[in-house]
Amino acid sequence: MRFFLYSCKQAHRIVSEGLDRPLSVSERARLKIHLSICDACTNFNGQMQLLHKAMHTLSVDIDPGTVSTSKNK
Amino acid sequence: MCQFTFEFMTTLIDLHQQLESMRPALLRFAFLQLRNETAAEDAVQEALLAVLEKPDNFAGQSSLRTYVTGILKFKIIDHLRRLKREIALDTSEDESETDLIDNLFKANGHTVNMPNAWGEPESTLQQKDFFRVLEVCLENLPEKTARVFMMREWLELDTEEICKELGLTTSNLWVVLYRARLRLRECLDLNWFGNH
Repeated sequence: MRFFLYSCKQAHRIVSEGLDRPLSVSERARLKIHLSICDACTNFNGQMQLLHKAMHTLSVDIDPGTVSTSKNK
Repeated sequence: MCQFTFEFMTTLIDLHQQLESMRPALLRFAFLQLRNETAAEDAVQEALLAVLEKPDNFAGQSSLRTYVTGILKFKIIDHLRRLKREIALDTSEDESETDLIDNLFKANGHTVNMPNAWGEPESTLQQKDFFRVLEVCLENLPEKTARVFMMREWLELDTEEICKELGLTTSNLWVVLYRARLRLRECLDLNWFGNH
C-alpha cells in the first residue's frame, strides 16, 4: 500500500502541478485518496484553488459587489 | 469627424476620464509583468488607445475594467514576445530557496505545520483589499519568479508557450510555479488571513 499512497510532500507538489498540467488517472486517484484522509493537504489544496481563482479575477474586476466567481471556470 | 453628435462627444470624454483613472493600476500590472518601464507604458498606452479608437466595441461588455484589462493582457503578451531575449530565465535566482519546499516537510514527508483553512474563496474574492494585498505579495516575489507566475496565472499562457519563450524545461517550470505559489501562500497567510 505504501508505494501507492502519497506523502504530504508528494501530494502538495501534485496539487500545484495539477494547475499546470492534466494529471494522470492514477495521480488523480492517489491525490483523491490522500486528500480524503489528510486535513493538512486538503487545506493546502483549498489555498491553491483560492490563489488560482484570485489570479484569474485580479484586476479583471476588483470592485466589490461585481466580482462573479461563478463564471470563472 | 465633425459630424459627431454632442452626446457622442460627451460619452467619449467620459470614457477618456474613466480610462485615465485606471491608468495607474494598469501601469502597475504591466510593470509587474514586463519589469520594464518603457514597455509597460507602451503596453498601457496601446491598450487605452485601442479602447478609444473603437469605443463601440465596449458596448455590452460586463465592465470597462474587465474589458480594458483583457486588452492590456494582449498588449503585454505582444511586448513579452518582443522582449523575449531579455527575459531568458535564470532559474538560479530562486535556487538558494530549495529549502523553501524541504522546510515544509518532516523527513517522513508529513507537513511540519498544519496549513490554515482559508475559508470560502467567494467571500475573500469579494474584498477589494484582498487584491491589494495579493498585488503587494506579487511585488515581493523574486522578479523572474513573479514574471513566470503571472505569465501562467494572470496572462494564462499555456506551459508549452512559456517554456518555449523562456527556454525552460516543463519540469523546471512546474517547480518555479510551485515555489511561487508557496511564497504567495505564505505572504497571504501572514498579511491577509492573519495567521502565524
